[in-house]
Amino acid sequence: MTLQAGERTETELTIQIRPIHQGTSRQDAPIPASVPATDAVFELRDMSVHYAGFRAVRDLSLTVRRNRITALIGPSGCGKSTVLRSLNRMNDLVPGARVEGTVLYDGEDIYAPEVDAVEVRRRIGMVFQKPNPFPKSIYDNVAFGPRLNGFRGDLDGVVEASLRRAALWDDVKDKLRQNALALSGGQQQRLCIARAIAVEPDVILMDEPASALDPIATLRIEELMRELKENYTIVIVTHNMQQAARASDETAFLSMGDDRAGYLVEMAPTEQLFTRPANQLTEDYITGRFG
Amino acid sequence: MTSSSLARRSAHSRRRERFDLAMRGVLLLAVLLAVVPLASILLVVVASGIGAMSWEFLTSTQPLSFREVGGGFLHGLVGTTMMLGIAILIAVPLGIAAAVFLTEYPEHRLTRPVRFFTDVMTGVPSIFVGLFVYAALVREAGLGFGTLPGGVALSILMLPIVVRSAEEILRLVPADLRSASTAMGARRWQTTLFVVIPAAASGLVTGVMLAVARGAGETAPLILTAFGTPYLVTALTGEPQTALPLLIFEGARLPFPAAQARAWAGALELMVLVLVLTLLARWIGGRNRYGR
Repeated sequence: MTLQAGERTETELTIQIRPIHQGTSRQDAPIPASVPATDAVFELRDMSVHYAGFRAVRDLSLTVRRNRITALIGPSGCGKSTVLRSLNRMNDLVPGARVEGTVLYDGEDIYAPEVDAVEVRRRIGMVFQKPNPFPKSIYDNVAFGPRLNGFRGDLDGVVEASLRRAALWDDVKDKLRQNALALSGGQQQRLCIARAIAVEPDVILMDEPASALDPIATLRIEELMRELKENYTIVIVTHNMQQAARASDETAFLSMGDDRAGYLVEMAPTEQLFTRPANQLTEDYITGRFG
Repeated sequence: MTSSSLARRSAHSRRRERFDLAMRGVLLLAVLLAVVPLASILLVVVASGIGAMSWEFLTSTQPLSFREVGGGFLHGLVGTTMMLGIAILIAVPLGIAAAVFLTEYPEHRLTRPVRFFTDVMTGVPSIFVGLFVYAALVREAGLGFGTLPGGVALSILMLPIVVRSAEEILRLVPADLRSASTAMGARRWQTTLFVVIPAAASGLVTGVMLAVARGAGETAPLILTAFGTPYLVTALTGEPQTALPLLIFEGARLPFPAAQARAWAGALELMVLVLVLTLLARWIGGRNRYGR
């Protein structure tokens, strides 16, 4: 498996920044039918996130497109992880967290009152910063999601397929009954990815998935992401700019305002954002003059 | 230590060494002082109990006359086992459920009252528990003295211990695991049942064992609930029941050497029982924590 760095040639050079106000206020924003980009998986419109009175993210609007890797970069505390966690309603777990604005997933508002957060999370998987396999066998880790969903069928097949897709099968095929905690950090993280894809999600959110790993394990994860985007949409938070530049198709740069709330500075195809940023802040950040 | 520059010690460092030595001495002395009572209890119980301890003691009930030599506390062992069994059946599911409630649903408004009353329960004198069960079950419900009221009294004493220890253990389960499970689309009860409790299982067993060990040694709550009997009883209700601590209490108060000897042997039996339970708890708790 070699790094496929030239794979990104087909990237369209269209800027993804959406105008903050689209002429319609968010209450009467048209819901499904008229989503502009047909390949949009997520449409965030004026999304703000509050934690118990403190505003962490303000008026963020962006589009995440299907079968792309979208990277969120920005200085610490700018709300990258908060944005990521609002895409599968993991913020619901934080007492006092509140999301305003609209988060459309396939044209559907995931914060609408009738939406079941559990259903959202079943379609939008997540990989965390620190590898967090369950203290169970490798097999049981991957089988966890299918079992939750009452999967009846070839569970062994699902486990094998998921481990293969996560490029872990060859490492673990002889020790599926072994405790997952005996694996190395990089293997654990790939196991977490296998666990996430075992439920056939639509999107995989990754919150700094390689920050606890060594450079070699990091490259394997990035390689894996590129393979996975054939079938999945990936959103990754990283504070490693090289990683965003290497691995993603589109990049959103977030910064922190004077009110300490994160906001979107610009979003563009990765190559463009890193070579010809439209905003001075972005340029300062990617050239290392700030952050 | 042969290098002259390293071997040369200043007056300051010699003073620190002397201080270190003195402090170590003080700490060692404190440890010894703490161990002396424990070791002497152990020694006295073994030395005094081993004489009357025999296969006969473990397998027969006591003679009808307290003066008579021989016989044993089989009825006490059976009573203790039965009442502990009842207490485990009540206190363990209830206690673990309460602990799960406290740790997994911390935002609920009943969390604080539940924790408060658990703390209060820990401090309730055990004779009060006996009185309560006497009033409620023995008298009001008309059950009379017996195994069931005794077991219920023990369960009330064990409950707060189970809740507290289970709560501590469940708290140790990393939040990461809960997030991972939630992000997989697990509902909260699924996360609790399939991730949190399995991860904490060995610790939960340890906590339960310690509570059982505590219950095994209780005397006061049984006086007014099991009441005591010289016979081997296997009925749940209708007949008074007895237990090892009750028989020890009874035998030790009598002026007859034979009864006192049986009490010592009973004390040894109970001590070994509690020791075995504690070691078992250690063993289960020691292996298999967060994998391995």
